Amino acid sequence: MLSRIAESLFWIGRYLERADDTARILDVQMQVLIEDPGMDERTSCEQLLSVMGVEDYTGQPNRWMLLDLLAHNPESPTSIATAIGAARESARRARETLSTDIWAAINTTWRGLGTARAMRAPDMFSWVRNRTAMISGIADATMSRDDGWHFYMLGRSIERVDMTARLLSTAALASGPQVAWPTTLRACGAYESFIRAYRGIEADRQAAEFLLLDRWFPRSIVSSLAEAERALGKLGSSGQRSGFSDEAQRLLGRARTELEYRPLNDIVFDLPVEMERLQRSCAAASDAVSARYFAESEMHTWRGGVVL
Amino acid sequence: MFEGSDVRDSYGQVHASFQKMGADEVRLRADSLASSYLEQGVTFGVEGEERPFPLDIVPRLIEAEDWDHVEQGVRQRVLALEKFLADAYGPGELFADGVVPRETVVTSPHYHRVVAGLEPANGVRVHVAGVDLIRDGNGDFRVLEDNVRVPSGVSYVMTNRRALSAALPEVFADHRIRPVSQYSQRLLAALRKAAPAGVSDPTVVVLTPGVYNSAYFEHTLLARTMGVELVEGRDLVCRSGRVMMRTTQGLEPVHVIYRRIDDEFLDPVQFRPDSALGVPGIINAARAGHVTIANAVGNGVADDKLLYTYVPDLIRYYLSEEPILRNVDTWRMGEADQREEVLDRLDELVLKPVDGSGGKGIVIGPAASKEELEELRTKILLDPRAWIAQPVVSLSTVPTLVENGIRPRHVDLRPFAVHDGDDVFVLPGGLTRVALPEGELIVNSSRGGGSKDTWVLARPTDPDDEGEVAPTATPVTGISQSAGPALEAEVPDLQVHEQEQQQQQGDPKAGDKTC
Repeated sequence: MLSRIAESLFWIGRYLERADDTARILDVQMQVLIEDPGMDERTSCEQLLSVMGVEDYTGQPNRWMLLDLLAHNPESPTSIATAIGAARESARRARETLSTDIWAAINTTWRGLGTARAMRAPDMFSWVRNRTAMISGIADATMSRDDGWHFYMLGRSIERVDMTARLLSTAALASGPQVAWPTTLRACGAYESFIRAYRGIEADRQAAEFLLLDRWFPRSIVSSLAEAERALGKLGSSGQRSGFSDEAQRLLGRARTELEYRPLNDIVFDLPVEMERLQRSCAAASDAVSARYFAESEMHTWRGGVVL
Repeated sequence: MFEGSDVRDSYGQVHASFQKMGADEVRLRADSLASSYLEQGVTFGVEGEERPFPLDIVPRLIEAEDWDHVEQGVRQRVLALEKFLADAYGPGELFADGVVPRETVVTSPHYHRVVAGLEPANGVRVHVAGVDLIRDGNGDFRVLEDNVRVPSGVSYVMTNRRALSAALPEVFADHRIRPVSQYSQRLLAALRKAAPAGVSDPTVVVLTPGVYNSAYFEHTLLARTMGVELVEGRDLVCRSGRVMMRTTQGLEPVHVIYRRIDDEFLDPVQFRPDSALGVPGIINAARAGHVTIANAVGNGVADDKLLYTYVPDLIRYYLSEEPILRNVDTWRMGEADQREEVLDRLDELVLKPVDGSGGKGIVIGPAASKEELEELRTKILLDPRAWIAQPVVSLSTVPTLVENGIRPRHVDLRPFAVHDGDDVFVLPGGLTRVALPEGELIVNSSRGGGSKDTWVLARPTDPDDEGEVAPTATPVTGISQSAGPALEAEVPDLQVHEQEQQQQQGDPKAGDKTC
């Protein structure tokens, strides 16, 4: 397949996931701010902006600023509006390879942004989650499992690892963990699965463990890493007897085993630092994918990106 | 709802259906038609901005006999233009025989000496043609211009049909309409037949200038429906006289390029060195016979509006036939006596630059101011070869839904033809463009024009499979669907107990809590 198209599909996967996850992260943050009146709004917002890699802003961070920078403002590289716009632009460039259904779903989402931005925050987040879920559902039901699909899944999985890592950092940083963890689980749609898996035990450590390591839950970091590795395996089925010639596969595999084979205490001891390391691995893996598969294409459809 | 003019007989059923539906319902369906186009992103670009392509809900009907005439006329023109191009870039017999002055051809800005002597793989240069037609006061179709470089608009013919059949299934079902869906397969077959000799399974691509091009939607649609890659110049690279595309598996050869980029931007080595859209070396690869460029480079000489005035002569010269479709009367400003006549009546005529397209530079005499006419006069005298003049043709009108109901509006028609070397296929119908403002004569989309689904009616004797099937719901009886968990009404006794328990769970008074 054309390198340029492969690159577009990879970024469609990344941007849609980014929009979805940003909505989830903001949802947690807004609820925590509302439900925990003892919380210092400024520090909490500062921390979130830093977790999201936003550095150049003026004034004192508060919830309205978060909403502007991370959700509404199409000029802000980290906003949901930007992610949806960029996904649509990538889709337009890969228009002939996408099914009509998936293109129409992405296009309609992009067109609905104006209305969504006028909604109350929780409504907008749920709109974003529903729209992105609808697009993934259509992609799942209408896209051939060819290289294009694998690039799409690869982008989506890498982004999911990166963003879930940020979500975990946000929860860990929140001063009222008794509010933050259940809310985080809910934002991931993981609350019921978690309760079932841990038989009703609700504790921060278990919640972190679940979102980090659960092999069955699709938004956990370990299952997303495994999903990314699977996509890479399908793309470069070279059948080597030992090791990995693919740099991205090596990076993601190492990140996954470092989570899986280390004592959980080590990881949760300083979760934000660990999560930052994970994000670095994702960025390096993404670069490695570009170098191997897209290097020939000179186009860069993405803008902004998150600086770590 | 139909007002303002006598409605042709052929519109009888459409008329009746619309009456039956009522104005509100028609309006409702027109709105849903528009929003479906927005959602699908059926757009065209104006100065880099995407706009939805307006589609009128009233179809245009063309009777079978009328269409036969158009089809034959278009086919005849395409064949004559093919012969002309082969001759002009080859032996040049037409110059020797005095059919067209050599000067007229070689001074055209679209004449490219670089492709002189380049023999295309299966002899075809005009793989795709779009011939602009209008109906004059007598109802006769007349040719306004030929487009044999990169004619666009066929994608709207296909999407219009699908959208309208969904919007008006009952009207659709009342008619036998010749289908348009086979276009892409015809085009792909023609492109494959044009592959360089010795390539049995050619790789065909569509070459687009990119997402900011006004016809980008069309490029994606053609690539998608042909199942081929849509490439940009930067996706291609020439290596030792061959054209390759950059894929995730490395470079792969390309054999046929359906290009939607103008000649001037195609190859920075040969044409504009500043073009970022093209592929350096692509012309040499074509010369070496390793790749076919469709439509052929240099076809623009046949599009030239000055050459247009000679097409009837070309038909007589090359095919020994009389032209089936007539030109619109045209004066050549390069010829002194014709120029003098026109300069006297500038305010009555339409003046067109010969190398303009899309209505650019056209001056409509009756609508122009004194200053504009003076400026025009100076321009003509400075470069007479660059202009032709035509009478103001009263374009025919077709019922169209506008703000105050269904009213007559001016239309033109662009049928599309595909030449595969053996046969010229003319897609039944074509793109009808409609000028939405009242009295407007230029139907271009950049001037607020819209389009119409154009129905060529099949004759009763035509084979049945020619008619397109309207998407009406036909009840299908077959294997019944497997049911999910049993519904309330059919709960077996054994489950009643469980169901009762489930209902009790909502009631705090009922049952003991063990969980």
